[in-house]
Amino acid sequence: MPKDHGIGARSKRREDVRFLTGTGHYTDDMAMQGQTYAVMVRSTVAHGKIVSIDTSEAAAMPGVLTIFTGEDFAEVGGNPAGWLIHSRDGSPMREPKRPVLAHGKVRHVGDAYAAVVAETYAQAKDAAEAVAAGTVIEELPAIVDLAAAVANADNRVHDEIPDNLCFDWGWIEDNREAVDAAMKSAEHVTVLELVNNRLVPNAMEPRSSIGEYHPASGEYKLTTTSQNPHLTKLLVCAFVLGIPEHKLTVVAPDVGGGFGSKIYHYGEEALVLAAAKKLGRPVRWTAERTESFLTDAHGRDHVTKIEVGAKKDGEIVAIRTTTLANVGAYLSNFSTATPTFLHGTLMAGPYKVPNVYVNLKAVFTNTAPVDAYRGAGRPEATYSLERAIDKMARELGLDPVEVRRKNLITPDMFPYTTPVALQYDTGNYQATLDKALEMADVAGFEARAAESKARGKLRGLGLSTWIEACGIAPSHLVGQLGSRVGLYDAATVRVSATGTIQVMTGAHSHGQGHETVFAQVVAEKLGIPEENVEIVHGDTSKIPFGMGSYGSRSLAVCGSAIDRAMDKIIDKGKKIAAHMLEASEGDITFENGSFAVAGTDKAKSFGEIAFSAYVPHNYPLETLEPGLEETAFYDPNNFTYPAGAYLCEVEVDPDTGSVDILSFTCADDFGNVMNPMVVEGQVHGGVVQGIGQAMIEHTAYDETGQLLTASYMDYAMPRADDVPMVTVDHSCATPCTHNPLGVKGCGEAGAIGSPPAVVNAVIDALQRGGYAHVTHIDMPLTPSRVWAAMRG
Amino acid sequence: MTKVSMSVNGKTVSGDVEGRTLLSEFLREGLRLTGTHIGCDTSQCGACVVHVDGEAVKSCTMLALDAEGAEVRTIEGMANADGSLSVIQQAFQDHHGLQCGFCTPGMVMSAAALLKENPKPTEAEVREYLEGNICRCTGYHNIVKAIMAASGQDVSAIAAE
Repeated sequence: MPKDHGIGARSKRREDVRFLTGTGHYTDDMAMQGQTYAVMVRSTVAHGKIVSIDTSEAAAMPGVLTIFTGEDFAEVGGNPAGWLIHSRDGSPMREPKRPVLAHGKVRHVGDAYAAVVAETYAQAKDAAEAVAAGTVIEELPAIVDLAAAVANADNRVHDEIPDNLCFDWGWIEDNREAVDAAMKSAEHVTVLELVNNRLVPNAMEPRSSIGEYHPASGEYKLTTTSQNPHLTKLLVCAFVLGIPEHKLTVVAPDVGGGFGSKIYHYGEEALVLAAAKKLGRPVRWTAERTESFLTDAHGRDHVTKIEVGAKKDGEIVAIRTTTLANVGAYLSNFSTATPTFLHGTLMAGPYKVPNVYVNLKAVFTNTAPVDAYRGAGRPEATYSLERAIDKMARELGLDPVEVRRKNLITPDMFPYTTPVALQYDTGNYQATLDKALEMADVAGFEARAAESKARGKLRGLGLSTWIEACGIAPSHLVGQLGSRVGLYDAATVRVSATGTIQVMTGAHSHGQGHETVFAQVVAEKLGIPEENVEIVHGDTSKIPFGMGSYGSRSLAVCGSAIDRAMDKIIDKGKKIAAHMLEASEGDITFENGSFAVAGTDKAKSFGEIAFSAYVPHNYPLETLEPGLEETAFYDPNNFTYPAGAYLCEVEVDPDTGSVDILSFTCADDFGNVMNPMVVEGQVHGGVVQGIGQAMIEHTAYDETGQLLTASYMDYAMPRADDVPMVTVDHSCATPCTHNPLGVKGCGEAGAIGSPPAVVNAVIDALQRGGYAHVTHIDMPLTPSRVWAAMRG
Repeated sequence: MTKVSMSVNGKTVSGDVEGRTLLSEFLREGLRLTGTHIGCDTSQCGACVVHVDGEAVKSCTMLALDAEGAEVRTIEGMANADGSLSVIQQAFQDHHGLQCGFCTPGMVMSAAALLKENPKPTEAEVREYLEGNICRCTGYHNIVKAIMAASGQDVSAIAAE
């Protein structure tokens, strides 16, 4: 009988009611007394020297209140990168300043070099055009292509950075010689060069920020579309504007999706705060969709050569990758971690491969910054590996399923330390593989393929066995790896006198359903109804601290902090119960919401304890303080390692190259599942984003650095009739061994595991259909690319 | 500025608008009905879908002045008279047909228009009809299920959970 309450129940989401009735509160929905409108003036060229900016005409236009240029922020700080990466030679990465507004040079189309604030949006927009008309920018040759960027020392995105190289990273450098030797002596080496196509995250809500300033108190407030309000606050105060931290509140209200793009601090957030102070009025800014395309942090954009050394029977002996990763024009906050420690550390996959070496060069170009997008580094690692292993199996005449089975780490090997420095705590990769094969009826595939063939179509089946490291992150480990901050989290559990509960969490929900799921976790442990629990998130004035939601960390890290705080509440409750029941604290038990004296019928309910905590008459204050509120910090001691097996079945039309995705099957191990309905929804969405990457999504810059795909009319995203239903299962669970909830994280899985399954399926269809020369096609697999590949 | 009058969710409203004011702007800024969302500026995403005289319309594609005298219905007018969720809204909650909620108003409005013209759509018909509404969170799986469930069809067999 499925549970209807607490952990494991399919509790309906409480946040849905406001979203379904139009009463959600997204940033752009808020109206402020006396509000003004900011419009950014953005570069129309990819690379140029700012010769002069004449704002006089714009300043005289109706309604214009103030105009900022890069000059106004020349003396304040820049927006920093959060991870310091060292090159193979030991030198630190190159870190150019990322200013609030571009100064001296513009470095990508969309780079803002000025901003206008006016009484109305239309007035600000008109004046912004006048600023652009009064600006002289001397266009410089654009650096767009990765290989050319590194090869051309004279043309530089940042004048002080030769070769446009941010860093040249080896992981692990000590492995290099052993990998070279193993590769040299391998019986077979598969080589695959591939592109992990650049993507735009495209949360449906465009970025938006409102700055407020109260002169009497000197207090600022930033309302903004953020996955991570505490980090934004820290960056604005400590690095960018130098606002005293106690004078700034950052609120991230309802946020319409993020997928990584709203983790980071952006210049517009600093701009509206500075403008609000200057004007003493609220200043709002909302991106148009094209601005989002031009300036939201993009994802992926790797060019990789992967080599897999194997024995003739398919046993992998070595993996070596060489990658150029685009970081764009400036370093976004997580941009240096994404291609390194979220990518290179996963290059062993779920396989017992003894030798792995990753070399990755991060390259500046005149394009928008690139940073973590759903999966972040792990999709790139998984794609390289799962494509290459499929190719290797084919070259050796082996079954791709059996090659994976031969190499998968077995359940008796945990904890398992990989050659790229992770220790997987637990898993059962055979179980998820078997489950996926069964669910997708792989046994019946040949009959289905014959049926397709009879209709003149080519049917194919593609597999990916994926793993990720998430629950970001164990602070001691990431500190060693270059992170400038610990990535623990915090929670406060506040019990009111009447026994209802507020939980202040450092996680931020922008679609994940924390308000419901976290309440289930609390209700389960404290033995109270879910409706008595309120989850408070996204407001730095209410929450002690937090690192936000990304990297599938919300439950694993923030949820664990809540669990810790509840432990403290229960401990305090036991003290109170001991006092009320005149028993020894050690004799008090807590179960199903009741504090009882062991072995007796004496007990107090959770509500009685809460009431007593706030209205006591006779507490011994030296040993028992009134109140029932506890804060806890939780720092994981390892990453979590969700894993699974994905199968995709496709049909290719050989006349047109068009591909139909017929079915998609996922068997995942997420550890313990708090709300299966929400977990399934996360997988559905992740898989479809991955199908989008594999089939239609592509970010195209031309050779001059113009973004050709800058609206929904040019950038294809999956629509309802592009995708099938997604069949999911999470029954093969091996609970995480090191967090109290046993959870692993599910938000990124779909986007990590699905692209290689889709591409493997299409290659399989073509190979079966007699197109033996087609061993790889770069994503997205548009009909023209597939058709061209077939015709060789 | 020109005066415009229309009925929105059963109430007569009026306001002064510029010729260029879009219906979506009038609803959001003029009437503070912010449930209608702006997602793309190019009439691609469908977050701004409302009903004008019973037809689903992308309100970012229509001038406010063109709605003079029209009957407009927005997401704020979709619940039952007693404030409870309507059948379609309830189905979206029951089947987890929304995550971040940003595309949701447009999805509900499109779903209502679909079921009015096709009370028992097939899965393929639902998917085809939703081609003008983009959702980045759900992968559409549960949206399609919710709409089919709202039409009274048994959706338990559509996909394994």
